[in-house]
Amino acid sequence: MASMPNVVDRTENVEIQKFEKVCCILNRFGRRPSGLIPILQAIQHEYQYLPEEVLTYVATSLDVPPARVFGVATFYAHFALEPKGKHVIRVCDGTACHVKQSLPILEALHKTLGTSEKNKTTPDMMFTVETVACLGACGLAPVVVIDEQVHGQVTPQGAVGLINDIRAMEALQKTAVATPAEQPATEESHV
Amino acid sequence: MNKVTQPTLTIDGKTVAIEGERNLLELVRKANIDLPTFCYHSELSVYGACRLCLVQIEGRGIQGACSTPPEPGLKIQTTTPQIREIRKIAVELLLANHDQSCPTCARSANCQLQSLAQRLGIKKVRFKSVYQPVPLDESSPSLVRDPNKCVLCGDCVRTCTEIQGIGAIDFTHRGHEVTVQPAFGKNLGDVECVNCGQCASVCPTGALTIKSEVDQVWNLLADPAKTVVVQIAPAVRVGLGECFGLKPGEITTGRIVAALKQLGFNQIYDTSFAADLTVIEEGSEFLERKSQGGTLPMFTSCCPGWVKYAEQYFPELLPNLSTCRSPQAMFGSLVKSMLPDQLKVERKNLKVVAIMPCTAKKFEAQRPELGIDSDPDVDYVLTTQELAQMIQSAGIMFDTLQPESFDMPFGFYTGAGVIFGNSGGVMEAVLRYAAEKATGKKLEQVEFQQVRGDSGLREATVMVNGAELKLAIVHGLRNARVVAEEVRAGKSRYDLIEVMACPGGCVGGAGQPVSTSRDARALRTKGLYHADKMLQLHKSQDNVFITECYAKFLGDIGGEKAHHLLHTTYQSRRRIMEDPLPLMQSQAADKLKVSVCLGTNCFLKGSQDVLNGILRHAEQNGLEGRLDVRAGFCFEKCETGPTVMIGGQHIPHCTAHKAIEELNSRIDGDNPSPQADTGPGSTDAR
Repeated sequence: MASMPNVVDRTENVEIQKFEKVCCILNRFGRRPSGLIPILQAIQHEYQYLPEEVLTYVATSLDVPPARVFGVATFYAHFALEPKGKHVIRVCDGTACHVKQSLPILEALHKTLGTSEKNKTTPDMMFTVETVACLGACGLAPVVVIDEQVHGQVTPQGAVGLINDIRAMEALQKTAVATPAEQPATEESHV
Repeated sequence: MNKVTQPTLTIDGKTVAIEGERNLLELVRKANIDLPTFCYHSELSVYGACRLCLVQIEGRGIQGACSTPPEPGLKIQTTTPQIREIRKIAVELLLANHDQSCPTCARSANCQLQSLAQRLGIKKVRFKSVYQPVPLDESSPSLVRDPNKCVLCGDCVRTCTEIQGIGAIDFTHRGHEVTVQPAFGKNLGDVECVNCGQCASVCPTGALTIKSEVDQVWNLLADPAKTVVVQIAPAVRVGLGECFGLKPGEITTGRIVAALKQLGFNQIYDTSFAADLTVIEEGSEFLERKSQGGTLPMFTSCCPGWVKYAEQYFPELLPNLSTCRSPQAMFGSLVKSMLPDQLKVERKNLKVVAIMPCTAKKFEAQRPELGIDSDPDVDYVLTTQELAQMIQSAGIMFDTLQPESFDMPFGFYTGAGVIFGNSGGVMEAVLRYAAEKATGKKLEQVEFQQVRGDSGLREATVMVNGAELKLAIVHGLRNARVVAEEVRAGKSRYDLIEVMACPGGCVGGAGQPVSTSRDARALRTKGLYHADKMLQLHKSQDNVFITECYAKFLGDIGGEKAHHLLHTTYQSRRRIMEDPLPLMQSQAADKLKVSVCLGTNCFLKGSQDVLNGILRHAEQNGLEGRLDVRAGFCFEKCETGPTVMIGGQHIPHCTAHKAIEELNSRIDGDNPSPQADTGPGSTDAR
């Protein structure tokens, strides 16, 4: 299973829980084809993206051709067919933000994370950097959204600062988890 | 709407009566103005995407004629300078994004984009070409998908969904990246496509075309070591003429034989002979099922599109399918077992070419069960279109040929074999046999008008020997699905169901010439019934060569040898090839592999609960490190679902309880359960 992220190493049943959630999601929408889009949204919320096998399962249970499900999933920019990182960074490159120098922010983010236009996600599956056309927050331009948090009037240095904050928080969480756990994590206790 | 007088509207100054037309386009065409379209087909839903059928409506501006309902009093203009310019731009923009290798395109002669560019007087494309080549999809045995030539009219998508109820291809992505393709960007050969080719027959350009086997056949004909036998299907004789300027439905049997002789085929036979044989075998099978309480209703099995569809979507109904091979396959099998002796050639040097109105027959010919070892019973399948191309290539002036006759014995046939090409034809042919067989009396009235017709789902009741036979005749797989679902639910009232995938049956097959005439299919249907009328014999049981064939070679009808050569088996078939979904992964060397099927069939039988039961059990008993649990989508064992495989062993009709017992017996030996067994009671997920 090459395309799955490597986040399963500690609790092996993450995938099971996710699968059960898929079943719950399908039930919640009554397994009706008309619920396809909200179902896909809920699944993406769970998995961070739409894995092919899950889409096939959704198609089977809704009795919709897999090609139709794939068509819907590829139509909306919101849906991702590739796994995304734990933290998704959206840099607005709409007209207002572009004029207010959004591209230097994007470049700074790519530089600090080692990502690029083509490879949007860091190899450790921690960060994904995307651009969006407009977030409707032009008064705050340039805008960067990290996960669900909107940051206005961002500078390149400020953006890198936000990344460093997340990194620090992640490191803290990792050590906090590793100490009281039933088994110490093997290779990942310290980064 | 209460007006008694005929409502009318005005088209280009002429008054036209509204007589139930669904949209302005139908009215405009009724007024003998051929508005151009890419995306309009009267049998499909209205899409309104190509923007070519635009008309100027007084007071409303420019509207698409296909998507505007007729209203009394409308004043419509179909050609104005502005509309002409819009149409031109639309076609120019398509051309700017099109692979313009027209002379080498399979659709060169009948491409709608090409003819529209001509009609609209486009001399030059003013827009910069943005065409970026992408690879062709040649994975299907029947079709070639060339996205470089797609104009995104969606005709193929709607045909596959609305006529066939499959939806193997659809629009994907957005904006300038839109592509029509199978799910997940897979190849056509790896998905649920049944190879009916109806997508190719509605495609206005060369984006979906028939996979040609013409070169292979030329090579065969040039090889002196090979004896090449050819069979032509019933529907070919009423279609081929269209490629040579003849009217649809014109019977050209004699000229086809002459052309095939000239092309160098050694023996020229008629698939109608094998159709007669099919009638006898299938009719006897039906009578036997009926009298001995066999599985009913019985579905016909001549149509390879339907057979694959049934294998994919209704595997539990496979016992309802007649075990008879299709006429093409019966012919191949019979000829390759009888002719080597008669003609003194080795089997490997005897090659069978079939000429069919059908693209799915190419897939059928490649089925491993229809051949011996790796030598297929039918080596190559050419469609009507491909034969026309060979005739044209050889410079044979088809319309001036002197008719010739088939070789014997496999060229002798009755009218029952000929009408196989029409929807309802197989049913009628079987009735002509069964009625006589059941009563033992000579059947005088051979025509069963009640099974004929054009509707996609027809019912008929026929009295045979005092018993009432309830029949259904279906074309279009979406209609087949309706009938099959009734059978699955145990609510079907039929005895015998004829299914043909293509609209109108084989006469409307995707291998037939691309028709410019709107009533071509109806004319071809008429042509075949006419061909039946002109023959002296109308019942398969009257075919003396069939009788002789049984007496000298096959033995009893439905007997051991007949069964071996003329019948087949079916397999449940998965729709889409994909990897199973891993739910619990183990790195252990002695891990136990568990796969649970979540395909439609097993899913409906509760496989999801079985899976949840297994996972809960594993969690509660600390088996996570030992098990490798995957969810698959069809292990092709649907009859005995829910299907679970544990350590390579198949557990039919699996329940959570059965699966856990098996798990425990596998694991107990070397690793005692860490907790008291909570038992299967803890397994319910919902």
